Amino acid sequence: MGRIVLEKVTKSFGDVKVIPNIDLLVEDGEFVVFVGPSGCGKSTLLRLIAGLEDTSGGAIRIDGQDVANEPPAKRGLSMVFQSYALYPHMSVRNNVAFGLKMAGETKEVIKQKVDHAASILNLTDYLDRRPGQLSGGQRQRVAIGRAIVREPKAFLFDEPLSNLDAALRVQMRLEITQLHQSLKTTMIYVTHDQVEAMTMADKIVVLNAGNIEQFGSPLDLYNKPANLFVAGFIGSPKMNFVIGPEAEKQNAATIGIRPEHVSILTTEPTDADGPAWPASVGIAEHLGSDTFLYMTVDGIGSMTVRASGEVALKHGDRIWLVPDLTRLHRFDADGLALDR
Amino acid sequence: MARNVPAARKATIAGLAWLVGFIIFFPVLWMFLTSFKTELDAFASPPSFLFFDWTLENYSVVQERSDYFKYALNSIWLSVGSTALGLLIAVPAAWAMAFSPTKRTRGTLLWMLSTKMMPPVGVLIPIYLIFRDLGLLDTRSGLIMVLFLMNLPIIVWMLYTYFKEIPVDILEAARMDGATLAKEIVYVLAPMAVPGIASTVLLNVILCWNEAFWTLNLTTSDAAPLTAFIASYSSPEGLFWAKLSAASTMAIAPIIILGWFSQKQLVRGLTFGAVK
Repeated sequence: MGRIVLEKVTKSFGDVKVIPNIDLLVEDGEFVVFVGPSGCGKSTLLRLIAGLEDTSGGAIRIDGQDVANEPPAKRGLSMVFQSYALYPHMSVRNNVAFGLKMAGETKEVIKQKVDHAASILNLTDYLDRRPGQLSGGQRQRVAIGRAIVREPKAFLFDEPLSNLDAALRVQMRLEITQLHQSLKTTMIYVTHDQVEAMTMADKIVVLNAGNIEQFGSPLDLYNKPANLFVAGFIGSPKMNFVIGPEAEKQNAATIGIRPEHVSILTTEPTDADGPAWPASVGIAEHLGSDTFLYMTVDGIGSMTVRASGEVALKHGDRIWLVPDLTRLHRFDADGLALDR
Repeated sequence: MARNVPAARKATIAGLAWLVGFIIFFPVLWMFLTSFKTELDAFASPPSFLFFDWTLENYSVVQERSDYFKYALNSIWLSVGSTALGLLIAVPAAWAMAFSPTKRTRGTLLWMLSTKMMPPVGVLIPIYLIFRDLGLLDTRSGLIMVLFLMNLPIIVWMLYTYFKEIPVDILEAARMDGATLAKEIVYVLAPMAVPGIASTVLLNVILCWNEAFWTLNLTTSDAAPLTAFIASYSSPEGLFWAKLSAASTMAIAPIIILGWFSQKQLVRGLTFGAVK
């Protein structure tokens, strides 16, 4: 079991309120990702749950029991650190076994559990090596191995993939998702990478300046962002925001349209096409599967468009952009989303 | 990266380095040579460097007049005792300052260091009186206390510097793994800080071994270490250079041998973290 509830949790460092007031419910077995720009308090929130930082107020309940004043060891959670934080003076076997030794398990139990974890994580051949002799991906696996042998109530990941190169990151992302599917243990995962958040999470917590901007499934956040911050943060390339007369036409202070929800016309539009914005192509990035076009729209400003496949457009071409009005997002003057 | 340094320049630099090394080492060498001279040769002017009548007489006289091993045993007691006591206090203190700093940590560290700036003679009389009233004069336990307190700021500072180099993540990982504070220090912090702790221990042993102010002022015979043994040969009846040298050579021999065998460790510890 691993149901984690945060009630009115606050955290200040001196006079600085890092977490003003957070309420959150993580159900047992959920994969929840904390995402937000750097300095938004996501790592601090994770460390509060872990017990590595003391809360300034509020309750943290794990399976109903308030653990806010318990040391990390008593909370029954495991953590994987960004730096891996392996014990450099111990072999891989002893790194993985350390938590079990601290818990006073017998030698036979420790050996069996460590060997089992090593076989899941493809570490069997490396058990006698020191962390210094391993590659980044292998170190990451050892860190995960150390977390899983303890059979915790929940796993906490603090940007675990940010030190890996791009290819390895994609692979480890899949491995962690698979691990979650087979263990079915609660996982809380901190990242600033919204691709990781979208691909791994059951639910995403978008944090900004220590506040939860929105909490929901990845597609909820994508389809129904609650405000301008979430709208701009989730999705890549970023959502285009338009203010001024075009927004007023839609009865909003700001309208947002995602780059993938704009189609391109190379010929003069007709009335049947609906509203169309004349634009000229600034930069075209050809990725093969997609083409990203950075446009300057007359009277509106810059806009990004994502076109599927290869598009034969180059710098300076004149075209028309047609927004998909059913996928348009409208926001009021305070930046909050309006109903469609 | 390799640099192209002309051979002539290399040789000049090497020659200079050897010269400086020799100048630093010369007094010790001279003491060593003098210890094998007769008292007459020891005073000779101009002095003879190697061509004199080599004799072991000074060593036998020194050993006859005073029991070297009694003094040596006291020196070992003092240096090992005060170092052990120092570690016991300094490891937790340095842990707290390195990993759980407060607003006042910096100030506390500087204050500790500032106590080393006062000349010890400034507190000689109060400490002497306290020792007299508590019956600690000429006792090993009393001296261990004084030496331990005198060197504590240095031990804390050194350990603090080494501990600062250890990523706090690793200690937090140990905490998540269920280690208590004591286990975290014993199983994780201490093994990682071995080079630093070892050089701290060595430096402290050397400092205690050579400490001459408190050992001379607070002891007479029972707790007197090798520094007192040396001092007993600069007597009012006249200086006996050869015997003084023999006594000094015997006194520093153990610590030089210890230093020789541990020099690698010492250098590694003192430059720990300087190059990553």
